[in-house]
This record gives sequence, structure tokens and C-alpha cells, in this order.
Amino acid sequence: MLERERDDHTGVETTGHEWDGIKELDTPLPRWWLWVWYGSIAWAVVYWILMPAWPGISGYTKGLLGQSDRAAVVRELGDLATQRQAGEAKLRTASLQQIEADPELQAYAMQVGQSVFGDNCATCHGAGGAGAKGYPNLRDDVWLWGGTLDEIRHTIQVGVRSGHAQARGETVMPAFGRDQMLTDAQVTDLTEYVVALSGRKADAAAVGRVRQTFADQCAACHGPSGTGDVARGIPNLTDAEWLYGPDRGAIRDQIFNGRNGVMPTWEARFSPETVKALAVYIHANAGGDAELSTPVAAAPQGSAVGAAR
Amino acid sequence: MPTVIDTVSRKPPEGPQSAAGRVREKAKGTGGLYQPRVPIYPKLVHGHWRRIKWALLIATLAVYYATPWLRWERPGALPDQAVLVDFFGRRFYFFGIQLWPQEVHFITGLLVIGALALFLVTALFGRLWCGYACPQTVWTDLYIYVERMFEGDRNARMRLAAAPWSLDKLWRKGGKHLVWLGVAFGTGGAWIFYFRDAPTLFVEFWTGQAPIQSYLSCAILTATTYVFAGHMREQVCIYMCPWPRIQGAMLDDHSLQVTYRYDRGEARGPHKKGQTWDGRGDCIDCHACVVACPMGIDIRDGAQLECINCGLCIDACDEIMDRVGRPRALIAYDTDAAVAARARKAAPVYRLLRSRTIYYGVALLLVSGLVGWGLLMRPVMDLHALRDRNPTFVRLHDGAVRNGYTLKIANRTFYPQRVEVGFRGLAGARLRAPGEPAGATLTATIPANEVRAVRVFVTADPAEGAPESLPAVFAVRGAGRVFETRTTFITGTGAPR
Repeated sequence: MLERERDDHTGVETTGHEWDGIKELDTPLPRWWLWVWYGSIAWAVVYWILMPAWPGISGYTKGLLGQSDRAAVVRELGDLATQRQAGEAKLRTASLQQIEADPELQAYAMQVGQSVFGDNCATCHGAGGAGAKGYPNLRDDVWLWGGTLDEIRHTIQVGVRSGHAQARGETVMPAFGRDQMLTDAQVTDLTEYVVALSGRKADAAAVGRVRQTFADQCAACHGPSGTGDVARGIPNLTDAEWLYGPDRGAIRDQIFNGRNGVMPTWEARFSPETVKALAVYIHANAGGDAELSTPVAAAPQGSAVGAAR
Repeated sequence: MPTVIDTVSRKPPEGPQSAAGRVREKAKGTGGLYQPRVPIYPKLVHGHWRRIKWALLIATLAVYYATPWLRWERPGALPDQAVLVDFFGRRFYFFGIQLWPQEVHFITGLLVIGALALFLVTALFGRLWCGYACPQTVWTDLYIYVERMFEGDRNARMRLAAAPWSLDKLWRKGGKHLVWLGVAFGTGGAWIFYFRDAPTLFVEFWTGQAPIQSYLSCAILTATTYVFAGHMREQVCIYMCPWPRIQGAMLDDHSLQVTYRYDRGEARGPHKKGQTWDGRGDCIDCHACVVACPMGIDIRDGAQLECINCGLCIDACDEIMDRVGRPRALIAYDTDAAVAARARKAAPVYRLLRSRTIYYGVALLLVSGLVGWGLLMRPVMDLHALRDRNPTFVRLHDGAVRNGYTLKIANRTFYPQRVEVGFRGLAGARLRAPGEPAGATLTATIPANEVRAVRVFVTADPAEGAPESLPAVFAVRGAGRVFETRTTFITGTGAPR
């Protein structure tokens, strides 16, 4: 037992310990402090009774209040669906143009679109929609299949070479080199011609050599001046956009191997409302304008070709 | 500092004199770990400080209850309550000032000012806050007033506590607790009006339409008021409040505090009428100061943690001094240094200007100036530019480069503002909102008291050798001023084309 010592000034016992001459008073705690502690114990017992508390072999005590996080999640998901009903109903009845004109509905569509895009489209087109080699950039003003709201919706619905009955992309790019429709030299010369079409410096002799070949083989789809055809998804060769890359190697590769992009049909996976929301989202992110959906040929390109003509 | 009162060699004449002393006495025998609260029955005093305390009690309670009902006209659908903490709308209204959550630093500034003012006042005049303005003190005072109404003054209360239960005791005690609960409910009830339009909430509250937070807050405030002011009282100050400990560090020998002037009072002892005052002190050991103390201490033991500096013992002692024909102010607001000087028969020196009061004062002026300046100068609109990061830029069909930005424009005025957005630092830059034609600037309307996200596409034809990123500035003209924010434009010159 410790020797109990009483402090003269306060009349309170010390703890009996001494640190470098400093002693600590053993002042009694106030009684209410003790009550708080008893109260906490009582509360713990109440908590066991009301809330899930004790684990057992095959389950746990459920508690009188029937609190369950799992059930709460299910309930909240149900609430969410109810909450969304109004928005979904509006999406169903409104036209794409009406959605875009109504700021509130547009904001709702953007949210739905962003979430759906992230889950489904981002795999190929990238989270920001900037695309990649072979996967179109959805943020610029060049649209292989048209950039109006309705065209975007249609593309999402039917896909490209997807096997859907109305799928887009009946016209395909032949593999001119691989299938030996053209010689290696012709493919190389055509590459120069395409480079010249987009307004860049090219080998004028090669351009002259291959002019007739372009007219025979390419102009049927890409047009005599190379501006393409949005209705059939034929790329414009005179603009600054290159799906498979802008350099000569990439262009030659595409003429030689003739790759044709594929996009799945989403009609079966998305509700019409979701497709609408997605179309609004993509359209807004690309600038939200209708007039540039069919890009016009920009000024500089013809010059090199024209000079070589 | 010399030992002021020798409690070691001087044996107290008869038992414990203060409640604190009684606690110590009680703990002696039991050696128990927990001590019961020793009830304190402060006796009503009359005098200068008691009058000030009544006036402050009425003033502070009036401010507390009346403030939410003050009206202040604001345009449109904005609330017309002068002081309103609108959690749902995320705004704080204070008369002509309106703060957004982003401006919470002004609240921080206000708290710092409050702390520094408290430091300064404490260093100069002791614990004035504790004694006069602290809600715990004010409500406890009010509760003791109610207690006195039902149970009488100190002696009657002590008798009643000791008396066996009777119908009289029952109605006195029951009535007291009922009125206490009523006051507590009034306190909690007034609190919630600060957070919602008071007249509306009043109706909502009594028709069961108020938000659950209102009922909960009211219940919690009712409970804490009843428990803290009715039952805990001095224990809140002694055990729960950190402030007495902190204030101890603000005080020094030159701080004015409620002080027993032992130089005049000692040696104390009973005094009969007609006896000489020579060779003894003025303190007649009547315990008037002790029984008046709401904290249950004996001020003659010197400055103590428990003392809230309320000055009631001053009034109590002055009354006695008048009666025995000695000068007043045996207990008074005084400094330890002055009392010690008088004890040495030296002239007392009062020093208000001390290094700590100067530091606190300068800091207080600096922070007040800073907060005041910030409040006066704060922009009525706010602009932030978030550049799209994915993709950082887009090349258009004609080779031009486009960057997307989201401008967050905050309109802190009470009126819609038409703004004109411009872009600087890039020759030939064209701005357009989604779906709109391009131009050198674009316009948007920001609704009153709101933030709007404005999408802006900036298109330009950067020169061939331009750096990959160019510094640029968004300039928004609105509310008669121009607000600018810096950003960058990604030229895409590093990417293949």
C-alpha cells in the first residue's frame, strides 16, 4: 500500500507519486461524471436491443428497429427510380431538339448521358470522347456519319457494320494493296495525292502520275475532289481530320489494307430515353451546333492538287 | 509574488466556509473517487455590480430573443430576415451582408477577432466575459432568479432542501422546475428561428410542419439549458469549460480582477460594535462574500480557477462595510500588484499598457482591419475557369484548334447580371457557347444570388511554331466591373497533324 499523503493547501490526498518534486493531487471526480459513465453503459444495452449487435453461428441479432443497411440501399435505389421517373417521362415525350432547348431537361440528359457514356462508350472513344486511332473523335466538328442530333441518335441505335438490319456502313474501303488491286507504286503515289488533297506539300510528279487512278478507283466514293459523303460514311480527305492518322505511313497503310471501323448497335441494350440522353450529351460536348455536321471543304486544300493539275 | 494568504499556519476557525471547502471536507473522510456536487445557495445581493448584471441579463436575453424577428427587405424571393443562417439555401444573411459558403473565412475572421478581443479584455480587466456575458452565467442567473421566486433566498432554500417532503415543498420545487423547463424551451425555441424565416417557422412549428432539424435542435437546446443552468451551473465552468484554464494564461499581476484586499482586511476576525479597529483588519469574517458567491468559493483565498469575476462579493462586502462604518471596496476590482504594493506600504501602480495588452491590441486591430477590409472589398461577382482536360484540345475540320472551358460565374448581388465574356492573350480567338454562333465575345445572364456554369469554346489558329500551351485570360464584364481569371490555351502544336 502506498503511503497516503494529504496536501496541506487543498486538503486533498496526493496520488503518492512524485516526479522531480512535483506531486499530483488525487482530486475526486465529480459524481455526475460517474453518472455519465453509467448512462453510457445503459445506452449500450439499449443499443443492443434496438440495433443489430451480436454475431451468432448462422446469423446475428437483428434488433427491434430492424435496421439493415442492405435494405436501406434497396429502398434508396427504389427512391432513386421514383425520382427519375419524371425526368425519364420527359425524355420519352420530348424531341431531341426540345431536350436541348430546355436547360433543366438538358442538364438531366447530360447527367444520364455522361454516366452511360462512361460505362459503355469510353472503352473505344475514350472517357473524354476524344477517340483514338481508328475510333472517331466525338468532340470535334467532323462527323463520319453526320453530327446532327438525329444522325447521332441513329448511329448509336443501329451501329456501324454491326449486324443490325439497318446498320450503317454498307460501303467499305477496299484493301487496294493487299488484294493487289493496285501496285505498290500506285499506292505510294496515291498517298501523295491524298496528302496533296488536304493542302499539304506533296510530290507533284507522283500526284500527276496517279490522278487518273484516283478518278477511276477513289472518286466513286470519295468524290472527284475528295470531299467524301456523309450519307454513306465516306471520309472527307480534304479536311484536317484523319481517323487512322495524318502521316504518310498511316495514309498509305489505310489505302493498302483498307480497314473498316465497326461500332455495335445499342438499340437492344439502351432504352430509347437513354439513347436520346446519350445523343444530347455527345452533341453538346462536340459544340452543340447543327450547321457543321456536314463539314464544308476548307479553303487551302485544292491548291496543291490544282497546281499539279 | 509573495504568499498572500497563509492558509497553512493559520487554522480556519470553524469548519469549511465555502462550498469548495465543504467538498474538500467531505472528501477527507471518504477517500472516495467520486464526489457528489455540493449544492450552492447564493444569497441575493444588492448594489452596483448586481444592477449592471441585471441590466446585461435583460439586454443579452433581449438581443437573443428579438434578433431573429428583425426584418430586412431583400429583393425578389430572397429572405427578409435580418439575421438568417440559411442551411438549405447555403447562405448567411446579416443585415446588408450576405455570405456564401466559400466565404466562411469571414466567420473564421470574426471568431479570431472574438478570441483576440477576449484575450485583450481578460488581460486588462480579468474574466469579464465569464462574469457578465457568458450564456452559462446569464442563464444560470436567470434560473437562480426563478429559484428565488419559488423558494426564497439562501436561508429559505437551505431550509427547504433539508425539510421533509410536504405539499408546500412539492409545489415550490415542482413550480420551479416547470418554469425552468419553460425558460429552457423558450431558449431552444428561439434558437431555431435563426435558421429559418421566423414567422413562417413559428406557424410551422406549432402545426407540426417544421423540419425535423428544428424540433431536434429545440429539444437539444431545451435539455442543455435545463441541465446546464438548472442543475450543473458552476460545474460547467469548473469541469467542462476550457476557457477558465486558457484565461489563466492571459492574466498577470496587473490584470484587474475581483480581489480581496488582504492588506486592508487581515487580520480578520469578528468585530463587536464599539470595539477598536486598531491592530486588526477590516474583514469581520462575516462570510457575506462567501454566501453571495454563485461559484461557491471564498474570494479571500485569492484568485482561483473557479472565480468568474462577477463582482457579487464586492456588492455583498460593500453592504457590510457600510453597516460597520468602514470604507467600501475591501473586495474590489483591483490588481495583485497594487494589493501587494499596498501591503508593502508602497503606492499602488496600475499599468494598462503592458507588452501583452499591446500585442493583443495590435493583433486585434490588424485582424479587424483585415476582415473589415476584406468584407468591404469582396467582389460582388466571382470567376473561375476550368479548362477541359479530356480532351485538352480538339482539332477541327479546317485545322483550327478548339479548347473547351467551363466558367463558373458567381453573382453575389441580389439582381440578375448580364455578363460579357472575353478572352485575351490569343490573336484571333473566337468564342462561342454550345449551339451559338462564334464571336469575339459572348454574353450570358447570371441569375441573382447564384453560380452559373457557362460553357465556352475558344477556337483559334495558332501559328506553326507556337508553344504547346499559351497563357490566356478570361475577362468577364458584369455588375459594372471587369473580373479576370488566368487560364491556358492548349495549341496542339505538339500533336501530329
